[in-house]
This record gives sequence, C-alpha cells and structure tokens, in this order.
Amino acid sequence: MIELRNLSKTFTTMDGQVDALRNINLTVENGDIYGIIGMSGAGKSTLVRCINMLERPTQGSVLVNGRDMASMSQRELRGMRRKITMIFQGFNLLMQRTCLRNVMLPLRLSGVDRRTAEAKAQELLTLVGLPDKANSYPAQLSGGQQQRVAIARALATEPDVLLCDEATSALDPKTTHAILELIRDINEKLRITVIVITHQMSVVQEICNRVAILENGEVVEEGMVSEVFSNPRANATRNLIYPESTGNDSVFPKGGQRIRVIFNGAIASREPLLAKMAVDCGILASILGASTRSVGDRAYGYMLLGIPGTPEDMAKAISYLSATPDVTVQVEAEYAAKEVEA
Amino acid sequence: MNFANAFTPEKLQEAWNCLLNEFPFAMWETLYSTILATFFAILIGLPLGVILVTGEAKGIHPLPRPVMSFLNVFINLLRSVPFIILMVMIIPLTRVIVGTSVGTVASIVPLTVAAFPFIARLVESSLREINPNIIETAQSMGATSLQIVFRVMLPESVPSLVTNFTLAITTIMGYTAMSGAVGGGGLGKLALAYGYQRYRYAVLYLAVIVLVIITQVIQSFGTWLAAKLDKRLKNK
Repeated sequence: MIELRNLSKTFTTMDGQVDALRNINLTVENGDIYGIIGMSGAGKSTLVRCINMLERPTQGSVLVNGRDMASMSQRELRGMRRKITMIFQGFNLLMQRTCLRNVMLPLRLSGVDRRTAEAKAQELLTLVGLPDKANSYPAQLSGGQQQRVAIARALATEPDVLLCDEATSALDPKTTHAILELIRDINEKLRITVIVITHQMSVVQEICNRVAILENGEVVEEGMVSEVFSNPRANATRNLIYPESTGNDSVFPKGGQRIRVIFNGAIASREPLLAKMAVDCGILASILGASTRSVGDRAYGYMLLGIPGTPEDMAKAISYLSATPDVTVQVEAEYAAKEVEA
Repeated sequence: MNFANAFTPEKLQEAWNCLLNEFPFAMWETLYSTILATFFAILIGLPLGVILVTGEAKGIHPLPRPVMSFLNVFINLLRSVPFIILMVMIIPLTRVIVGTSVGTVASIVPLTVAAFPFIARLVESSLREINPNIIETAQSMGATSLQIVFRVMLPESVPSLVTNFTLAITTIMGYTAMSGAVGGGGLGKLALAYGYQRYRYAVLYLAVIVLVIITQVIQSFGTWLAAKLDKRLKNK
C-alpha cells in the first residue's frame, strides 16, 4: 500500500517559488492500477517521482507499507527502488547495450551474478513477447518493442510496484493498446501494483480501477474510474472527459434549455431512450453533443440535450429520463454557473 | 642560401638518406611520446572530467562548491598557458619526475600536463551528451553514483569518448613537434634541426608530410572505430 500524506513540493527557480504539488493525499491499495491524470504542467511527473524519492517532497510523507520513504538511508532507499520500479515516456534504454544486457542491468546493479542475471533477463524478454531480440540493440527496435524491453527491465528486480510515467504517450493508438494490455497482464499475473501517469483519459479508462485528477498541483477529484467517469464533479475532470463540451454553446437553441444526460453503466441496447421520450411525452429533444463509450454492453458518458418548450416540459423530460436505470440528469445551466465561478 | 635551390638533386639525395637513416627513429620517438603522454593524460583527465559532470550542483554526486570552483579554475589556468611556455615553466617538475628535463622521455611530462586539462574538458563534453533521462532511470533502479559512472555514463558515451580521444591524440602529436624546440625528440625536432637550423628544407617538408600522414591515419582510424562502436544508428 502506498500512502501520500499532505505531500507538497515547491521548486525554487530564478523567478521565485513554484508550487508543483500542494497537499496531496492519496492511497493506492495493493493490486490497484491507479491512474493519475492531468494536463501537462499539472504536476503528474513530479508526483510520481516523489513516490520513489527521485524528487524529495518539500513537505508531507510517502508511506510504502507504512514505512516513510523520506526518512530512509541512501542504502535502504536504493533497496526500495528495486521494489518500486519505473518505466518512462522515452523508454530510456541504454543505447549501447543489447536488449538482454539492458534487462540485466538492474540485476547486475543489485549484485546478481552474470549467469543468473542472463537467464532471468531472457525469461523476462520472453514474458514481454520479445524472446528473439536479446542480442538486438534498442535502435533496431520500434517504439513499442523498446517499451516492452523497458518493462522487462523494470520487472527484473521483482518489484511490488510499477510506476508508469506517460509510458504510452510516445506510441500510436494500436501500440498503446498492446502495451496497456501487457501492463494489465503484469498487474493480474504478477500481482504488481501499477501507478499510471497520463494525460490521456483513454488510458485511464482502459486499464485503471481508480483515478486521481490533478490540476495545478492539487488533487481535484479522486475515486473509482467508473464513478468519476459517470459523474465528474470537478471542472478539470469534465474538461478531460468531455474535451469538446465547451464548443457546444454555439448550437444552443433559442428558447430551449440544456440538460446533460449521464450514463453510468446503463444498458445501451435496451431501448431507444430519446425516441421513447418523444412518443411518451411529446418532447422532441435535440442532441447537441455526446461522448459515450461502451464497456461491454453498458454505456458510460454523457449526452447533451436541447429541450425545447416551457420549463414544465423541461421538468417532465428530466423526471422521464431520470427514471431510467443508471441514468442521471443534470441541468446544464448549473454547469455554466460553476464554470463562471471557477 | 635561399629557398630556390633547396630542392636540387643533391639536396633531395641528402633528404632521402636522412629519410632512411633518421626518420624511422624520429617517427618512433614521436609515436611513443604521443601515445604515452595521451595515456597519462587520460589517466588524470578522465576522472577529472567525470568529476566535472557528477560533482556539479545538479550532478549525481554534488561536491562542495569551492572544490568545483577550484577544479574549474585550475583546469582553465593550465589550458590557457601556451604549450611552449608551459614546457619551460614546469622544468623543475620534469626534473623531479624523470631526473632530467632534456630528451624524449622528459618531454612526456609537459605533454601530459598540457593535455590532461584538455582531456578533462573533452570527457566533460562527452558525458554531457548523455540523455539525462538515462541517468534518472539508473537512479530509479537503485544504482549508486559509482555504478552510474561505470555502468551507465562511461559505457553510453564510448563512441563520443573515442572521437574526442582521437582529437586529443592528434593535438598531442602536434605538441610533440613543439617539444622538439626544448630538447624533446621526434619528427618535430628533426624538422626543426634540419629545416630551421640547417636550411635543409627538403627534410623539413618530408617530416611535415610524414606527420600529416600519421595524423590522417590516426584520425581515420578513430572515426572508423567510433562509428563501429556506436550502436545507435546501425542495422536499422
């Protein structure tokens, strides 16, 4: 279990003090795939580097299985770093070493003899699907293959936690998917806790069970991925989940009102919701915007509806739609008011 | 005596005899003083170059600021003294180490002293080429500072180090010619003794041509070796 308690990090630069992280409190349970998402500059990379003390927190503590990382001796810390390994956006393989010797490196650093390290490295290359690349150099591999080697290297010291710092951001969507699948496999089969730093909601959605949203160095929202997705409360979260929603104002119909229909695992194929509402209530809603994703046969996401007519029609539509299981409705005007506040 | 009749048949004959009799030994002297001086300069300069990178405030093993300032000033001082003057300045040191200040062996001392600060700077620049993310990665694996130097920084910069050492060795060979003016041996001394003091221009030109050829060979070999050792761009 990893607990971040009141964690803050302040950088002193030429232009003064910059608060990279402010009072972060998070708990990552063993076996989690925990997503930390935010726009660039939100402090994600600093946060993940505080976990293995590549960055020293200015305040607060990082507890790994109850032990405070900041108070460890250099020697203890190096030992912990073998149990909390890391993969990176740029793969960071040693370019002058073969893949096998790259994977061997952490083992050799911890004093494992060459022969044992070689056998273990070959085994790990097989695990990540590159058994035949042992004697290739990283420059001869594609980005996805290099990240696989980096994953094998990160697994060499049999860690308990794998930190992924934008590990798929340099990869195309198909390769991203394959790497995420590998990470999920590792989480399930080797029981390794994974912390994923990303700016892509799709990455969180694909593999994480919990997520924290980071904005300007603060956690603005935290919870189960399904809950955060279906009912995002913070502006930053909604901007990440519905990046396109801000552009919809132009199509707002005059005299009508907007509501946001949120699908929280509603069974998508059950019935045509809007068509039924038109028949049952005589309300002809227009779809102003939508972003839904299906997981299995369940829908997650939102639909932005324009409801023409009187406030009574509006109320009728809201109660009609709310009656559907796993669907919640919010009046969009509230959002607008909140956005002005922020 | 003038330049026009420097290449008469008898002068050329004399130069040819000189080439047969004295060049092999002069070449040997040039090569061994160059190679030994380069060796000692690397022995001193390589660790200093490593310290210049690792010891700075943002390095992997920061050293006290005064130590780093002293090191930088010391290296810059040595680098700014012209070689021919440095050679005379450190004669007492040469006497202490070799026992004499004259001769090819003695010239290795000033050559080393002149070359190690240069090598330290070259090593520094090679190590600075390394992607800092790689160093961070090694730290994230729990590597010690020494492990980072020996298992990551130096192996990763081998091609760049080979290129820079090639540059160093050709520069040091240029210095050996200068050491001929103050008692050192080799092709430089031959060129000066015959060409400058005795007006045997043919010998002088011959010595220069041989120096040019040796430089070319070393440079080509160094370039080839660096490319061969670099695993970044090959067999893509």
